[in-house]
This record gives sequence, C-alpha cells and structure tokens, in this order.
Amino acid sequence: MSLRTTPFHSRTAPLSEGQAWRRWAGYVVASSYELSHDREYHAIRNSAALFDVSPLYKYLITGRDARRLLDHVVTRNVAKAKVGQVLYTPWCDTDGKQIDDGTISVLDEQTFRMTSADPTLRWLHLNASGLDVQIADVSDTTAAVSLQGPSAREILQLAAERDLGALKYFRLTSAKIRGIPVTISRTGYTGDLGFEVWVDSGRAVALWDALIETGTPYGITPAGMLALDVARIEAGLLLIEVDYFSSRHALIESQKSSPLELGLAWTVATDKERYNGQAALDAERSRGPEWQFTGLTVDWDSLEQLYADVGLPPRLPTQAWRASVPIYDRGGRKQIGYATSGGWSPLLKQYMALAHLGSEHKPGTDVRMELTVEHRRKQAKAVLTPLPFFNPERKRA
Amino acid sequence: MKQYDTIIIGGGHNGLVTAAYLARAGKSVLVLERRPRVGGAAVTEEIFPGFKFSMFSYVVSLLRPEIIRDLDLPRHGLHILPLESTVTPMENGNYLAAWADHDESRRELYRHSPRDAEAYDEYGHLMHFMARAVKPILSMVPPDPTSFAPGDLAGLLKLGRHFRGLGGERLHALVKLMTMSSADFLDEWFETDVLKATKSASGIIGTFLGPRSPGTAYVLLHHYMGELDGVFRAWGFAKGGTGAVSEAIASAARSFGAEIRCNAGVSKVMVKNGRALGVALENGDELRASTVVSSLDPRRTFLQLLERGDLPDDLIGDIHRFKFRGSSGKVNLALSGLPKFACMPDGGPGGRLHRGAVSISPSLDYVERAYDDAKYGEFSRRPYMDIVFPSMIDPGMAPPGKHVMSIFVQYAPYTQNGGWTDARREEFGDAVVNTVEQFAPGFKSLILHRQVITPLDIERITGLSEGNIFAGELALHQLFFLRPAPGWAKFTTPVRGFYQAGSGTHPGGGIMGASGRLAAMTILKNGT
Repeated sequence: MSLRTTPFHSRTAPLSEGQAWRRWAGYVVASSYELSHDREYHAIRNSAALFDVSPLYKYLITGRDARRLLDHVVTRNVAKAKVGQVLYTPWCDTDGKQIDDGTISVLDEQTFRMTSADPTLRWLHLNASGLDVQIADVSDTTAAVSLQGPSAREILQLAAERDLGALKYFRLTSAKIRGIPVTISRTGYTGDLGFEVWVDSGRAVALWDALIETGTPYGITPAGMLALDVARIEAGLLLIEVDYFSSRHALIESQKSSPLELGLAWTVATDKERYNGQAALDAERSRGPEWQFTGLTVDWDSLEQLYADVGLPPRLPTQAWRASVPIYDRGGRKQIGYATSGGWSPLLKQYMALAHLGSEHKPGTDVRMELTVEHRRKQAKAVLTPLPFFNPERKRA
Repeated sequence: MKQYDTIIIGGGHNGLVTAAYLARAGKSVLVLERRPRVGGAAVTEEIFPGFKFSMFSYVVSLLRPEIIRDLDLPRHGLHILPLESTVTPMENGNYLAAWADHDESRRELYRHSPRDAEAYDEYGHLMHFMARAVKPILSMVPPDPTSFAPGDLAGLLKLGRHFRGLGGERLHALVKLMTMSSADFLDEWFETDVLKATKSASGIIGTFLGPRSPGTAYVLLHHYMGELDGVFRAWGFAKGGTGAVSEAIASAARSFGAEIRCNAGVSKVMVKNGRALGVALENGDELRASTVVSSLDPRRTFLQLLERGDLPDDLIGDIHRFKFRGSSGKVNLALSGLPKFACMPDGGPGGRLHRGAVSISPSLDYVERAYDDAKYGEFSRRPYMDIVFPSMIDPGMAPPGKHVMSIFVQYAPYTQNGGWTDARREEFGDAVVNTVEQFAPGFKSLILHRQVITPLDIERITGLSEGNIFAGELALHQLFFLRPAPGWAKFTTPVRGFYQAGSGTHPGGGIMGASGRLAAMTILKNGT
C-alpha cells in the first residue's frame, strides 16, 4: 500500500465492515467502521467515540527560544501561556492571511507540541533563524486517539486510575494508562466533553486495547471521519481545504481568508509581541473584516415544500457535504456568499451549513441556499445562526 | 384566586404538548399531574438502584417531527438514538434478522426464501405509497363525514385528493389493508412464516386482536409512516428512556411560561350552565380557568371528570361502548450480564443483536395461539414479546457492565379469569421469563431484579382505563372521526370550554404527541 497506515491500524482494520477508508495527511483512516456512520455519530453525543487522529502533523519544539518562536508564528499569545495549557490557534502569512490552524501544547517551560493539518516544519524553520530552538517532526513517532462524548471522562479516569475532574477545558496532564506513559489533553474536534491521548507509536496498540476494554461497559465506540464531520459542523469548527484555503495553497487572492473573516477573531491576540501578519490583522480589525463565517439553518417547511412540489417527501443529506454552495439574499437574486460545509444534525434535527457571507448580514437574517431537487436548481430559505449550533455545558464543565 | 387561561388535566406527553403549544401562543397555562412526576405512561424510573427503566412505553415511534421542531425539543434534551435491527429466534434454532443495512437484510431473507427477498422490496415500495396516502391524516383534525360544515367538507375533499392520487391498484391495496388480517395480507406477498409472524406482530400491539383477526393489516402501515420521515428519524430509543421525552416537552412548556404542578390529582371539572369554569382537586382546592383540557382517556374524561348531567345520553352510551381491553403487560428486568440467544450465541456481527429488538414471534401459529389464551381470559402461556436492552443503547440506564432488559408482552388481558392477584402477576412473570429461557438458555440466572406489570398495574399507576396502552384500543372502528365517539372527534366536548387532548382522541397511540398538538390548535382556533 502506497499510503501509510497509522499505529492503530492492526486494531482498526478488522473493525471496518465496509472497507471504507479516507485519506488524511498521507495516511488512511476509517471513514466509518460500520456500513453507516449513524451509530458512531450518536456515540459522540450519547456515550464516547474513539477516533484515531494519528495522521495529524506533530512537532516537538524545544529550547530556550521555543516559546518565542511559537509566539512569533501564531496569532494567540504563547508568551503568556502556562505550562499545562493547550492553545487552539491559527497562523498567518505576513499579509494576515491564514496558513493553517492547530494546537500548541505547553508541555513544560521549554517544550511545546504543535499540531497542524499541513506540513509546517519548513515554516517553523524559516521563522526560527537566529533562535535557540530545536524543531523535531514527531508525526510518525507520536500516535493519538481522541475520546469524545459524555462518558469520555469516566472511561479515561478508570483507565488512568486517577481523577480527571480538575483537568479543565484546553489543559493537559501527563498520566499512565496500564503503565503506558501518555499525555492527556482536554481537547477535541467535536464540541463535546472530550480528550485526546498522545502516546508513543510503539505503545499505541496497547493503549487502544486498554481504552476499549475499560470503555466497553460505558459504550465506547470506535468512530470514523464521517461521524466526526457531522459533529464538527454542529460545533461550528472549520476545516482547512474545505471551509478555507491555506494562503500558501491559494492560487488567487480571493481564495485567501484572514482569521478575522473565519470567526477566529478571539484567537488573534492584541496584547503580544510582534508576530506574523500582525500589521495586516491590526489594520483589518480597525476597518472591520469584509467577510464573516457563520452558521445557516435551513428552514424545514421551505425544504419540505420544494420536495412536495415534485411529489416527494423531503430528502436530506445522509452525510455531511463539502462543496461550495451559493447563498443568496432573501429575494433570491443577489448572491451574498457561499456555504462550504453542511449536513443534517441527527441530534438537533436541523439542516445546518457553514457559510461565508458579507460581514454586514446579522444573525436571524433570512437568506436563500441553493439546492438541487430532482435535478433542478432550487432555493431553500435559511436563517443566519450564530455558531456553534451545539454547545453542551459538559464541554467545559 | 389566580385565573388561568388554560388548565390541563394530566401531565402525560400529550397534555404537555398541548401545554407547550398554548403557552407558546401566549396563554397562561397550568398542568396538573396526579403522580409525583410528569410523563404518564412515558416515564423513566429507577425501579432498582442504578437500574433505570422506561417503565411502560419504551420506544419512540411516531413522535411528530413538527412537534420536535416547533418546541425545539433537542435543545430541551431530546436525543433519539437508533434502534435498528430486529432478530426473531425460531423454535428450530434458526433465526430471522432484519438489519439496518438493506443489502444485509436482503441477503438474510434470501437465506429463508429467495422469492421473499425480492418481494420484500416491492412490498416496501407499495407500502411507501400507502403510508404517504395515510400519513397526512395524522396531522389533520378529523372531518365529520356526516357534516356539511365548510371545514368538514374541506377536510373530506383533502382526504379524497390523497386517496385519488393513489391510482386504482394502490387504492385496492389500501382497501385490503383496511379490511384484511395482517396474516392474510402478508400471505399475498410472502412465504416465510417467521417473517409474516414478526411483521404481523406489530399489527396486534395494544389491541385485543390476533394476527388472523380482520383489521390488523392496517397497523403494518405505521412502520412505513415512520420511515417516511426518513433521515429525520423521529423513531428510535430516547436517551434516558421515554421519560426523557416527557421531560423535554415539559422543559419546553416551562420555557414558554407554562406552570406544571405534580402531586395534584383532579377530581372534577367544574361546570356551570354547560360551560367549564375550572377544576376541583382531590385535596379540595379549586382552580379556575377559561379553558379546561383533559388529556386523560375518554372514559375518565367524560365519565369521571364530568357529571352525568353535563353530557348527552348518546355520548355517554358511546363512551361506555368505547373499547379499552388492555391486552399487554411489561416485564422489566435488571440483569448481571447479557443473555446469549441460542440462535446467535455471539450476538451477531459486531455483537449487534442486543442493540436492536429481539422479537419472540417464531411463527404465525405461535402468535395466534398466544391470542387464543387471551380470548378465553388467560394470559398467554407462551406470549409474543418485543425485547430491547436499553442499556446497550444508552449505557446510562444501568451500572457499568450490568444491563436492563425491557420485555413488552402480549397477551395479558385486563379481564383475567379469577382476576389479577399478586400470585397471578408472578405466574405471568414466570411464563414470560420461562419462555425467554427457552430461546436463551441460562438467561434466568442473570436476573437480579424483576418487575412485572399487568394491565391492572398500568391502570392503577397511570390511570389508563383497563390498562390500555393507547388510551383506547387502536382498532379501525375507534379511529379517525370515530375516536373517541362520532361527532366528538374534533377535541371539543359538549361542555363549552372543555376539551380533550389525550391518546384517546385522533390519531392516538404511541408517543406521537399528535393528539396534544391538534387539540392545542383547535383551542387556539376557537379562541378559548
């Protein structure tokens, strides 16, 4: 096989009923283990879903200037970050256009783990000149699973034989699971109570077995990317190459976005040293971004009517879609933006979409979303809905 | 004394739906529930420490999608989880399974009969059209066919259009569905006995009829009505049990300003000059409202809450004749582990047997014989059972590693030779457990606790007359404009300002909420 398999493959492969795999950063991971991703999705919101997230790019940045380097690269304030903290952050080019987004874990004063969706080694090196810092690509040697859902904490506490009640949202701790050294971070891509467990690749299988064994009475369910995709839309979390383009891959200027246009203004610190894109972002902030990234909720009655007009019961996407879909104003003539992801929320019973619209449109505004009903282009009514669609208390509690 | 716009008697799911819709429309609403908790027959109770049970109603079948949307129930905690498969163990050790995946199910049926495997798709196609023709009825106030009032005529016209749209062949099939027994109807399609038995069993739930009784074919449609909602999926298992559905509706109602009072049984509706003024509570308190709604069953609504003189004699007669005849019981078990069914000891691919339903309906004769016992006033010695393991779907229902098992049982007639006694109840429980044991040897040793519920228990606890789970039998002669009585199927009563909203009104049955919603619509339209 020319694509790589993750350290968990010997466990995930036999679970795959339909041999449905998806590419991720040169690896293959399960799209869904069962023929339908239904149950895997519900596990995220009902019990606990276990994802193999090993394909993430991972870098270990160490040294006296490690903090300085990262603070210069990303938009969050790394200088102020405490040991044990995890920062979600975008990073930008000099024009303030987003290159990628990921997390930075502060493992100790001089040790940081950075995750990214795209390879970032060269970018880090380019920014590190003259700094006392070592950058190691640990993508292949560090495996990771994500355990997400209301029972995640209970399972992990049992597996790690310790109380994790004090581990706050976006904090990490080191622990041992059946003698295996791991890092547990309270992070994830589902907008739910959840954790990611980082482990040496060589111990990955043993970790998987331990979690499955401990978690089975609690309904732990291995889950694939299709289920994750639904959950991340509910959580309003964006996805590179789907909801935005890396400025380094964009071929034309209009394909680029700034974090301010992507609903990430909260990640652009105003109280920090000079960093990549600062001047451009400061200027953009003061004049106001041109675009906004928002939720849309498709109006059911409108959708039902479009189908009733051709004599059919309403149809809904059975998987989350990733396509560019035009959004019009309520008159249906003027295009005011485009949606980039969408899907049916089995939990909320809502047809949701993530969209880029002109920043002047306010929550609650009626718009029209294009969709195809029996081969013909139609427009369904949709309403601007602030993100996230789903934000349970347990996520932070 | 505080004057409410509306007082709703009974905090079952329909009463709560009515309350939520009225409160949403700006009415001041008070719900009075006799029990310490809301839900009626849709309640979750921790009967044994750590083990939670949907004590009576155990799955969500046709909860109206418009209610879920209008009341924003997911925001109030409703989470419907998939319950996708059905496995029927057979007496010869074989089984028939219907899995979530269409191809898998077809291959499974092919094992029993290649012909049936093909017929199954055609049957599904036909039923899709039937269900589409009938489904709009669920969301409409039944028009009175003997009336020439514009509203009734418009309703009849709408109905006529639905049926005309079917075309000849399908219209014939619809008439067959309305008149035939499910066994006969399925005979026209399939040769696999266990398939017919399992399918027809869904047609007898909550009725005092057997699979070979005429009129049972109609209920086969209900399954397909649920499927019409397709990916919306308003059917399945409610996280937290069916009580969570009631709690979500109650939470929605409260968010709109409704007041809900538990431990507040109502003894009478106060009527003066043919108009409802309020209610008298069992504790003697009196509460006033311009509109009073009963979500209790028709017998309690008309014969208990009102005085004889409040009603015309013909209605009293009709309600006396309205059939309840509770025929189902429930056995709730706390288990130390999952039972192994002899037909599928490993629990099927991925261990999925226990995540779906297990139907004890091995043959048509088996189910019909179960009915034979009931006809003569006995519970079935070997009953039809619909079994689910809620803790396999929502792990929160039982302590880790332990399980709850819900067994819906038919037949357990309300009118039992010699009457229901404690001893008789346990005898009934034994019959159930012993029958399961035959299909899952060793199962009995897993039982930690057992709760046996007879129709008499259902009546005592929930107030449902004769323990009928649908607040009145769902038989054709008691549906639509005949539910609960001719002339009074539109949620009104002869007492002005007094309405009915329970499952004993159209369309009734299951955790649908349609009756409650239609009642609220009617009240809002009438102005009081």
